[in-house]
Amino acid sequence: MNLHEYQGKEILASFGVRIQRGIVAHNAKEAVDAAKQLTQETGTGWHVIKAQVHAGGRGKGGGVKLAKNLKEVEELAGNIIGMNLVTPQTSAEGKKVHQVLVAEDVYYPGDSETSEFYVSVLLNRGTGRNMIMYSTEGGMDIEEVAEKTPHLIFTEEIDPATGLLPFQARKVAFNLGLSGTAFKEMVKFISALYKAYVESDSSMFEINPVLKTSDDKIMAVDAKVTIDDNALYRRKNYAEMRDLREENPIEVEAKAVGLNYVDLDGNVGCMVNGAGLAMATMDLIKMAGGEPANFLDVGGTADAKRVEEAFRIILKDPNVKAILINIFGGIVRCDRVAQGVVDAYKNMGDAIQVPIIVRLQGTNAELAKEIIDNSGLAVHSAVQFQEAADKVKEVLA
Amino acid sequence: MSVLVNKDSKIIVQGFTGSEGTFHAEQMIEYGTNVVGGVTPGKGGQEHLGKPVFNTVEEAVEKVGADTTIIFVPPAFAADAIMEAADAGIKVIITITEGIPVADMVKAYDYIQSKDCRLIGPNCPGVITPEEAKVGIMPGFVFKKGGVGIVSKSGTLTYEASDQVVRQGLGISTAIGIGGDPIIGTTTKEALEMLVNDPETNCVVMIGEIGGQLEAEAAKWYKESGSEKPVVGFIAGETAPAGRTMGHAGAIVGGSDDTAQAKKKIMADCGIHVVDSPAEIGKKVKEVVS
Repeated sequence: MNLHEYQGKEILASFGVRIQRGIVAHNAKEAVDAAKQLTQETGTGWHVIKAQVHAGGRGKGGGVKLAKNLKEVEELAGNIIGMNLVTPQTSAEGKKVHQVLVAEDVYYPGDSETSEFYVSVLLNRGTGRNMIMYSTEGGMDIEEVAEKTPHLIFTEEIDPATGLLPFQARKVAFNLGLSGTAFKEMVKFISALYKAYVESDSSMFEINPVLKTSDDKIMAVDAKVTIDDNALYRRKNYAEMRDLREENPIEVEAKAVGLNYVDLDGNVGCMVNGAGLAMATMDLIKMAGGEPANFLDVGGTADAKRVEEAFRIILKDPNVKAILINIFGGIVRCDRVAQGVVDAYKNMGDAIQVPIIVRLQGTNAELAKEIIDNSGLAVHSAVQFQEAADKVKEVLA
Repeated sequence: MSVLVNKDSKIIVQGFTGSEGTFHAEQMIEYGTNVVGGVTPGKGGQEHLGKPVFNTVEEAVEKVGADTTIIFVPPAFAADAIMEAADAGIKVIITITEGIPVADMVKAYDYIQSKDCRLIGPNCPGVITPEEAKVGIMPGFVFKKGGVGIVSKSGTLTYEASDQVVRQGLGISTAIGIGGDPIIGTTTKEALEMLVNDPETNCVVMIGEIGGQLEAEAAKWYKESGSEKPVVGFIAGETAPAGRTMGHAGAIVGGSDDTAQAKKKIMADCGIHVVDSPAEIGKKVKEVVS
């Protein structure tokens, strides 16, 4: 589950990680009040107005602006809230901004130069251990750093039995070229950050940039936090942070009925049991000349109710020109699924206006084909995987 | 021969009396699998499906000599079940449970490194050696006995592959579902290695997905091994967009090297017979074994 910057920062702060402070605002007036309050609490003169959406590259899209007085706070917040923010990570339409974070200005002048670093915590799948990945090249696109200057990216792997050890935190601070107060601050920052990662059951932290201020404080200026969905049952306070407005509405609806659905741009909808077979089916659609409109895993129990729900969800996408159902019946019997398809089809009446291809293989596959063929419905049936592909080609032609 | 499980395996079911455990244990027993008992804490001493129930895995090892376990324990407790099995000396730990918190698996994965055991899964369909042992949730009838090994991250796609192989008049030696989670006990490479080294396996089907480096690692091992046993490969997810998770927690395209195209290229370069269409797995196997 992805969180907003302000939510991620809240979590970090609760574990003692220093953050750039800010207050969320939903309209221009709230933004001005937030700015006033922040000035009182932090003494900041200027304010940064940051769009809160689940997408990186917000600055590039015009979603992060510096306000030098309250009039500018009002103006900029007014402009950003309600805009469709387009960033390199969003679709062409962009993402609607519902709220901004009014944050303190932390790039104030002082005794030393400010500098920016990159720090993330994530799982190294190769070793099954968590690692801290960090770089002196903060504030930049890390993929680009990895490509152009890979020697500037360091990693520190954490032994699950001991957790992060003090020498490891020191190593990070040394490698980032710090000394004196800033060094001590970074050691504290890294230790608190790792503790936050573990105790929040996160699957990713990306803090870019981590800032060394002109008075040698180390703080998180941004925070991208992803909580492990599998652990939400024991992190109920974080589960409540889910912002459904940031998610695809059809995907949210599918999830509510227990279907695993991912919206795509193509013209052939599909309904499959199992994630691997679903991806393979999408590939086959493409080879047959179509483009998959979705990924949809109906899971292990493909009964009439689920099939009907899956139909409804796929049909919400106006681009769908055909639907391919591909079920490999193992524990689930194909004749039951076939009956489910027929019943769902009849229940939905005229809602289904596109050709349906049903491929049922496995237990009672032939019986299932008979049920489909004798139903009198405009449903094409297939048994072999290739046959299904050929039928897709046929109906798209 | 075959690998991991056979007719002599002494199998217990952890989470034996739960609904999932009961349903699948019944199917396994019906298939002829040598299920010697089960474990459900607090229900020790009872009998379930005609087999003894134990409170601990240790007890099951002592009393009935269990050496293999299949875990249906709910996600919140599954990592603990894995560690208990490893501690008790179980050699093959097959974990079906889906949705185990990653932090729990980091711990369990580390814990079992010092134990003499092999973990399969989690979030996998299990392992089947046809006509000997079905230690999983797969439909047994799809797997006819033969010489083709299968290693796969996916359940239904494994059934599909087996079905295609069987339709070509061939059969399966052992099919291993390794699971689709970010942390799994047995990698594609390790499963491939077992099958390539198995004298009863004369061809291996390796089915992967987008995301991660497992298939590339397996392909490189295969090339270095110099083995002449043919391997047929397929990678699902050619059409999956970057940055979106496709069902399995591990199935997400991160960088340019874990796309389906990149993986297929590495596999082909390492001498694996890669098919582009999932409908052609069986045909390709027939072609390379004859």
